[in-house]
Amino acid sequence: MRFAVSLLTVLSIASVIGTVLKQNEPYNSYLNQFGQFWFPVFEALGLYSVYHASWFLAILAFLVASTSLCIIRQAPGMVKEMKSFRTGAREASLRQFAHKHMTQTALPRSEAAQQVSHYLATQGYKSRSKEQADGLLLAAKAGSWNRMGYLLAHSAIVLICVGGLLDGDLPLKLEMMLGAKQVTSLDKPFGEIGAESRLGPEHWSYRGNVFLPEGKRSNIAVLNVKDGALLQELPFSITLKKFHIEHYSTGMPKRFASDVVITDLQTGAETERTIEVNKPFEYRGVSLYQASFEDGGSKLQLKAHSLLPGSTRISDAQGEVGGNLQLKQGEETLQVEITGFRPFNIENMAQPSESEKNTLAMLNHALGSGAKAPDSKDMKNVGPSFSYKVRDAAGQAREYNNYMVPIEQDGRRFFMTGMRETQADGFRYLRLPADEDDKLDTWLAVRAILTTPGEHALIARRFAAKAMSGRGVSDTMRTRLADTAERTLQLFAESGFEGLGAFIKDSVPENEREKAADVFVRVLQGCTWEAWQLQRERKKLKPLQLTTERADFVRDTVNSISDSFHYGAPAYLALDQFEEVKASVIQATRSPGKAGVYLGCALLVAGVFFMLYVRERRLFVLLKDSGEVLIALSSNRKTMDTDTEFARHQEALESLLNHGNRTS
Amino acid sequence: MEIAQAKNPAVASSGNASYFKRSPLDWLAAVLLIGGGLFAFDRYAHFMDGYEQAILIAAIPTFIALAWAWGGLRNLLAGAAVLALAGIALYDADLARAEQAFFLKYFLSSQTAIGWMCFLFFLSTAAYWLGLLARSDFAEKTGMALSWAAVLMGTTGMLVRWYESYLIGTDIGHIPISNLYEVFVLFCLITALLYLHYERRYNTRKLGAFVLIVISAAVAFTLWYSFSRDAHEIQPLVPALQSYWMKIHVPANFIGYGAFSLAAMIGVAWLLAERGILATRLPALAVMEDVMYKAIAIGFAFFTVATILGALWAAEAWGTYWQWDPKETWALIVWLNYAAWLHLRLTKGLRGAILSWWAVIGLLVTTFAFLGVNMFLSGLHSYGAL
Ligand code: HEM
Repeated sequence: MRFAVSLLTVLSIASVIGTVLKQNEPYNSYLNQFGQFWFPVFEALGLYSVYHASWFLAILAFLVASTSLCIIRQAPGMVKEMKSFRTGAREASLRQFAHKHMTQTALPRSEAAQQVSHYLATQGYKSRSKEQADGLLLAAKAGSWNRMGYLLAHSAIVLICVGGLLDGDLPLKLEMMLGAKQVTSLDKPFGEIGAESRLGPEHWSYRGNVFLPEGKRSNIAVLNVKDGALLQELPFSITLKKFHIEHYSTGMPKRFASDVVITDLQTGAETERTIEVNKPFEYRGVSLYQASFEDGGSKLQLKAHSLLPGSTRISDAQGEVGGNLQLKQGEETLQVEITGFRPFNIENMAQPSESEKNTLAMLNHALGSGAKAPDSKDMKNVGPSFSYKVRDAAGQAREYNNYMVPIEQDGRRFFMTGMRETQADGFRYLRLPADEDDKLDTWLAVRAILTTPGEHALIARRFAAKAMSGRGVSDTMRTRLADTAERTLQLFAESGFEGLGAFIKDSVPENEREKAADVFVRVLQGCTWEAWQLQRERKKLKPLQLTTERADFVRDTVNSISDSFHYGAPAYLALDQFEEVKASVIQATRSPGKAGVYLGCALLVAGVFFMLYVRERRLFVLLKDSGEVLIALSSNRKTMDTDTEFARHQEALESLLNHGNRTS
Repeated sequence: MEIAQAKNPAVASSGNASYFKRSPLDWLAAVLLIGGGLFAFDRYAHFMDGYEQAILIAAIPTFIALAWAWGGLRNLLAGAAVLALAGIALYDADLARAEQAFFLKYFLSSQTAIGWMCFLFFLSTAAYWLGLLARSDFAEKTGMALSWAAVLMGTTGMLVRWYESYLIGTDIGHIPISNLYEVFVLFCLITALLYLHYERRYNTRKLGAFVLIVISAAVAFTLWYSFSRDAHEIQPLVPALQSYWMKIHVPANFIGYGAFSLAAMIGVAWLLAERGILATRLPALAVMEDVMYKAIAIGFAFFTVATILGALWAAEAWGTYWQWDPKETWALIVWLNYAAWLHLRLTKGLRGAILSWWAVIGLLVTTFAFLGVNMFLSGLHSYGAL
């Protein structure tokens, strides 16, 4: 029995491991985590999949064995116990009971016996009587089902474990140990993967994912095993007609559903169904679940805007999520891997308002309804976005995330393009101002002019002319300003504000840098405005009046051009058009042990309730010929209820037996 | 003689006949429950599916049985019904009224009501301690009254919150047991009710001081969680949570958690008393052992059911009844832990220190299963994931 407890404890401790260490991750992530030395050790210990490790299964097997043994050992005795009334109990042993009471009766024995057994019946006891040497023993029992509870609960444990083991990967483990099957790294199309990594439809139990782009069909479920995978052939094929995602206004997902057609590979019979989360569908013993969803290779129409100095080159490109494409930029060719696409993005556009700190306000905030104050969140769909990686010659990849349409920020609209060096850090966004027709064209054109060395002189001159028009200023002054402006443009065109900053640092004395800096910035903005006008002239458009909006645009343009020196790619990819293709991941499981497990669960519940809430009690009343009466009660549960119950019976029986002859 | 007669079990124990010998209040409760249930059915049945209609109908006899078994619970039901309906009436289908209507803002709107619950539980804790230390029966009675009041406000808050969730949007509305904040309130209510039940069964109010500690801790967490994280915001249900199983799985689990925490606190009391601390003020060791067993027994029974329900749900939502997800695994660990406890007590007839310590440590394990897993371990139960 101690042994049962230790078994339970050991099992719990063993189970903890798998919750602390993330299970069934790709092996190389473990390698990074533990390093060359420990990785193989832990692998040998099966820590990457504890619950399928042989030692863990051994513990379970042991549990099953010992519990079964326990049942077998106890069952016969218990059944006998349930049946027997222990009419053979001797007075001596009854006197050993914790609950016993000696009393008298004047009633003739037969009547006393009749009274008592009637009482026992009303109390829900079954009783038998037996003549003994010196009297009549009434032996009664109640709550025998308690023992049944023990048998039920424990056989349930066995049933559940066995069922579970059958549904587990034990059979597969054996097959693989015998070398019949080997895992594959899914590097080639399913068709080319050989029989050694395939499992037939008859395979006993499995759990795998079927990847289904819209409009495609498949009869293969991928099982992840160890550091690779096996292909499970299903007895039917699944065709995904359409995948549905619905969202709440908050952007939280509301519904995931797949409209599928299931085609029986033997009969050819077709079944149409919609599989949803929490609404699985079972076909030929295989249950199908909505597991997750992915992009099924959406087709993207891209425009690549060159960011090389002075270049206005635009090249079209078609891409597919999951696919690659080459982009020629000047002499180098970019490797672009399109990694993802989102048809919409719901973001909280509310400006973070610093919440009041004083407790009263906080309290007020906590009162009222459970609905949030409406002002605090402002969910907007900011339109499609797509993400891609750009690999340079060295194989270094930067990841980008671009939004298709401009996003409003403090009243202005920007094309957002995010960049990050590693998966670990978040995207840093470059904000490209949209022009008055909500396009990027103006920014691109102005940028091209500003980064063309040939244009600097011209812009600088026009700027100087405007800046010092009218009032009698000398040409020398004007040319000096023009020279400054040209120099500024050159520095800026090489490396943005950084260049200017550096220049100021080593040419302007400490205390005047501040002033110098914003002179430079004003010059730059002036020149940018000129560049804009120049570009319009060339396009035969009439000049613009300077307004605050346009001033903002100029400032944003200068800033973003400066930032674009850290963009890390020589081109900006804009999403022009897209054709979304969703893919649904349907999980297919076959678990024949399920029935056993569920039955076990039912038995367990019943068993536990019997064990805990039915107390087995035996009440003995020995009517001795001498008129003495011995009342004794035993129970296999030592709770206070037993005490109170005995007190009750004792009192009742006494008043019953001494009925009418109280000598007061 | 009369005494003997009166005590004659032939009269006292004519079992079932007397079950329907009821006080007018009991009958009134029954009538109201039936009336209310049928009214609701008549009015809303066509918005419900089969399950929901079945649940509504089954709820009527269930609540009647509960109300009859325990007068306190009967009064609680009545009070909560009145307050919740008042709240709903005041809302008049407009969330904004939570800010305008005085009684909503300061009394009946879900956040406020739950705030009252927190406050009352703190007071109750203080009162029980005063009662214990000053041996004041009055203080203990006050503690009990405050606990009942807290439960009343908490229940009202939950019911009103349920209604509010539908005001946000009919597609968003759902029973408030779906996120950590909501289940913490549930935990406080269940633990308090379990305690009040034992208080009555063993007629001693001396353990309240200890049990209320664990409730106050939960309350404190709830407050922190709602102030620092706005956790009280009603969130719609992600697809994985849109399931009937959730609605029975979660409450069953929390009856388990509640009972286990209660047992642990009594374990603490036992261990103190054994060392002579408060010994003269606390109930007899045997009594505490008995309550501890009762609590763990009921906790274990419900936890068994809850875990099984969880498995059934998992089978529907994730495609397998058991996959060693951290939450599942820790539920198993908790279960095994108390199975071991029961083995010790039932088969070895063990008592006292070991079992008390075991119950106390059991609370740590339980707390981790209930909180730690969500905080430190990733897994399918970290909701929001599909
Ligand atoms: C994983 C779950 C369980 C395992 C592995 C287990 C295992 C065992 C083992 C090995 C014994 C000893 C039998 C012997 O030595 O003759 C035992 C006895 C017992 N178990 Fe369990 N058990 C489990 C669950 C339960 C549960 C859930 C309960 C009750 C709520 C329970 C109640 C008992 C009782 C009352 C006995 C003693 C029976 C007797 O001697 O009268 N067991 N169990």
